[in-house]
Amino acid sequence: MEVTTKSMPYEAWKDNEYIESLVAELKANGTNVVVGSFDKLINWGRSNSIWPLTFATSCCGIEFVSLGAARFDMARFGWEVARSSPRQADFIMVAGTIVHRMAPVLRRLYDQLAEPKYVIATGACAVSGGPFKKSYHVVMGVDKIIPVDVYLPGCPPRPEAMIYAIMQLSRKMKVERFFGGVNRKEKQQEFLESHPVEGVED
Amino acid sequence: MADIQERIAGQFPEATFDTSDVLTVEIPDAKLHALARFLRDELHFDYLMTIVGMDWVEKMGCIYYLQSTADHNRIAIKATTADRENPMLHSIADLWQIAVIYEREVFDFFGIVFIGNPDMRRLFLSIDWKGYPLRKDYDPSLNPVPTENERQSDFTNTYVEQADGKIVKEQARVFEEDDFVVNIGPQHPATHGVLRFRTAVDGETIKKIDVYMGYIHRGIEKICEGLTYPQTLHFMDRMDYFSAHNYHHGLCMTIEQAAGIEVSRRVQVIRVIMDELSRIASHCLFIGTFCMDLGATTMLFYTLRVREQILDIMDKTCGARMTFNYDTIGGVMQDLHPDFVKDVKALLAVLPANLKEYDKLFTGNVITRNRMEGVGYMSREDAVTWSVTGPSGRASGWACDIRKTNPYSIYQELDFEQVVMHEGDAMARFKVRMKEIEESAKIIAQLIDNIPDGEIQAKVSKVFKLPAGHWFRTVEGCRGAFGVYLESDGTVNPYRIKLVPPCLPAAAAVDHLTRGQKIADLITIGGSLDYIVPDIDR
Amino acid sequence: MFDFSALTNWIHAGLLSFMPEWLAVTTECVLIGLVLLTVYALLALFYIYYERKVCAAFQCRLGPDRVGPMGLLQSFADMFKMLIKELISLKHTDKFLFALAPYLVILASMLAFAVLPWGNGLQVIDFNIGIFFLIAVSSIGVLGILLAGWSSNNKFTLIGALRSGAQMVSYELSIGLSVLTMVCLAGTMSVGGIVEEQRDLWFIFSGHIPAIIAFIIYLIAGTAETNRGPFDLPEAESELTAGYHTEYSGMHFGFFYLAEYLNLFIVSGVAALLFFGGWMPLHIPGWDAFNHVMDYIPSVIWFVGKAVVISFIIIWFKWTFPRLRIDQMLSLEWKYLLPINLFNLVLMVLVVVYGLHF
Repeated sequence: MEVTTKSMPYEAWKDNEYIESLVAELKANGTNVVVGSFDKLINWGRSNSIWPLTFATSCCGIEFVSLGAARFDMARFGWEVARSSPRQADFIMVAGTIVHRMAPVLRRLYDQLAEPKYVIATGACAVSGGPFKKSYHVVMGVDKIIPVDVYLPGCPPRPEAMIYAIMQLSRKMKVERFFGGVNRKEKQQEFLESHPVEGVED
Repeated sequence: MADIQERIAGQFPEATFDTSDVLTVEIPDAKLHALARFLRDELHFDYLMTIVGMDWVEKMGCIYYLQSTADHNRIAIKATTADRENPMLHSIADLWQIAVIYEREVFDFFGIVFIGNPDMRRLFLSIDWKGYPLRKDYDPSLNPVPTENERQSDFTNTYVEQADGKIVKEQARVFEEDDFVVNIGPQHPATHGVLRFRTAVDGETIKKIDVYMGYIHRGIEKICEGLTYPQTLHFMDRMDYFSAHNYHHGLCMTIEQAAGIEVSRRVQVIRVIMDELSRIASHCLFIGTFCMDLGATTMLFYTLRVREQILDIMDKTCGARMTFNYDTIGGVMQDLHPDFVKDVKALLAVLPANLKEYDKLFTGNVITRNRMEGVGYMSREDAVTWSVTGPSGRASGWACDIRKTNPYSIYQELDFEQVVMHEGDAMARFKVRMKEIEESAKIIAQLIDNIPDGEIQAKVSKVFKLPAGHWFRTVEGCRGAFGVYLESDGTVNPYRIKLVPPCLPAAAAVDHLTRGQKIADLITIGGSLDYIVPDIDR
Repeated sequence: MFDFSALTNWIHAGLLSFMPEWLAVTTECVLIGLVLLTVYALLALFYIYYERKVCAAFQCRLGPDRVGPMGLLQSFADMFKMLIKELISLKHTDKFLFALAPYLVILASMLAFAVLPWGNGLQVIDFNIGIFFLIAVSSIGVLGILLAGWSSNNKFTLIGALRSGAQMVSYELSIGLSVLTMVCLAGTMSVGGIVEEQRDLWFIFSGHIPAIIAFIIYLIAGTAETNRGPFDLPEAESELTAGYHTEYSGMHFGFFYLAEYLNLFIVSGVAALLFFGGWMPLHIPGWDAFNHVMDYIPSVIWFVGKAVVISFIIIWFKWTFPRLRIDQMLSLEWKYLLPINLFNLVLMVLVVVYGLHF
């Protein structure tokens, strides 16, 4: 199974050890022909239809708006169907700082997403706390709360960088397996079990 | 001001005065309320700019900054208490509506309880937060990242002083027991970020809104206390990210005036041009997102076109699209890009046609007019008592443009109008911003051809000390008056930086403006007030 | 003009030659069902693509252009994804009603397909009360929406559903009355009959003033009926997150999503039927050569083409106007559209009685 992306002639794009290791992991156990081609179809659908959740806390959110606007136009990739309801979205673009008070809310949003769900940590704040490293109220990276698939640095990242990040996510989706042996789901489960959140009944 | 000082001294013999910056009147807590009432009613200091909470270790207290809406003089009141265990001051919440929110903020950060404030809950931090973060002895290890959903109380606290001087805590319900309460936010497309409204509705009609803030409270003021002065600057980009230049201008100006640094004329001109460019970009985005809130998504794409053009200009000179970090103490980071003048002129050339197009597409539309006219009416008195400044305040007939009332930099020499309208509804707030784009373009047109030569950076060492003292300066951000209170104890770090955001009062006024309106009007009103949540929360 | 009934009769005869009649009819029913389902899915996917492209054009963008040639496969990718997305079931909800609602919505638009005049002789069933049937089944949809909002146990969905209920019940009146106006002119409720009546001249021309008024009202009410902007209050993104389908995920949401676009097609299709002659080509009395050329264009293309053009106008509304407020929307219907409509109906009766139409 090879991961190809339309019109990305850059060597730097192809040279990605993480994706190679994922492909190797997939190939290791061999694939059933029928199941394999089903997987291909499903992965084609998933990786080409990535709907974001409208979620933004600060500056990165404005760049996300620019990403949707005429100049960068994420609609070209079919990403413009931004859903406001987490049930219908495919990934959260955590655009902006996450603070202590927001952390349980973000976690709940993540739990509300329907499987398969993905997370892109956008901007320095979401990756590591960024310029607010010394703050008493900022979560130092969203990977403390939810499992992250793609990290996107920048403060805020330019829209071009956002396109790059979502394309990376799309490429990651292409090396998944729907029927058995899902390489991603177990890690996700492991993460969630080690970071429990208790709900408080109203 | 000497006259004012005499009148206060005559009325309040126990008051002491400090004239090093703004006239500051120190008064014992018992007389605080009486002095505030006297200043408001007799001397027309009717605009409460901010309440600065302070922790001087040996004592705690507040500084209240007041401004007169008639002659734009400023005065400050200082009240302190030596009790660190249970610090208490008297509330002035009955004099100014916005004081309720400002006092909650001080309570949240310093733990000072205000006697008589009807709503003594935490504002930015959650109900289970331990300690008060802006106190000098706060220990951050008390509060790890929460792993539980936030607890919520349906009650507000009030501390009431009884006749015998005893203080008792009383509780009251926020909503009535059988109210249908809809939770809007923090993740909701209409709140422009992560604001949260608990909305009691009766069918489609709004009965009451309880605003929750702090979902993006990043503690910028506290972080600044541990940094040197140049290091504090970059946070200004990340508060109201549309007024990045204006906010930078404000903080740089305060530090420069405190340190006595002269800034060259070239730098002044560049800063003003950048300020006005960001104002145009910001108002363009406002028009777009506001229309999108009303359902006319397409407008956003038209207004973003102009914004992209401005971002390109900024990108060439500053090297970034959003967080520029361009103004430095004593100058600017880089010189202007060679194409700057040409690009700005190209922008000015297309701007009138674009504005005309927006007018044609949106303002004249009958649905738009029905949605906006008469919705969210705010009288001038409301605007003053809620401290809603900027375009929203000016739409209510309050001439509150800092560029005119308390001019800074080179604004005094420039020829531009202060846009004031008297309707006070969402339509007026929209139109004021449309007109301000034209005024900003006028300012830029005056300056762009005669940018003087000169140094772009005064000689300032990387780490420097400010003399002990305190300073309060304001600039006109894109959304209203942005204030900086700076207190120095003579070291390389600021002792306290208090940033006064224009969006906090706007968000606080939402409850007042939406009572009795429809749910859809909440979106119109919120959109027309144009608050930026990271600016509210800091 | 090619008559598709020749084809259907040929199939019927072919089936009868080796099976009894009841079996043949059953087989035909199944076949028609399958064909309709396929057409349904393909049309919905086409419409999703169409709207995204048209909207992009209004907003000076490109729209989907990377998945497949010109982005044509974009909505297929969306469908594959949606089919295998998790269906979330919620605590404290009425599970049966929650699952039933999307099917009701889809059922309403499916049933309406039965009476649309796809082409010459290409109609599933030609009732003598076809139009009446159409209006009747299309109001099942509102039931689905109300159920969806109610059973989700969510305040946003509830408000969305109630808004939708108020909206649809009101605008159904306008649709009904403007359809009635045209039925007056046609003199029949049968869909085939209405198309046949427009053999020489489309109703929008022959009915002149009252027909044009009826068309405008129908267009406004039809937009409201499909919950599209500027009447998209039930799912107003900026007010109610996603309105009545906030809690639906995966294919259940997909049904609502498809039904929205299908309803758009149905509303446009009915407009084409009532005002623009259904599948009937453009005929101008006296221009025989021209009429003859027009007849060479297949009837299916005429019908679908007209519907697509009318949909374009409705999509245009959505991407131009801001949203109305609930009270404004209701007063528009009850204070303006309804009286005008009643007056228009009287006017049409007079026109028909005195033979003032062409």
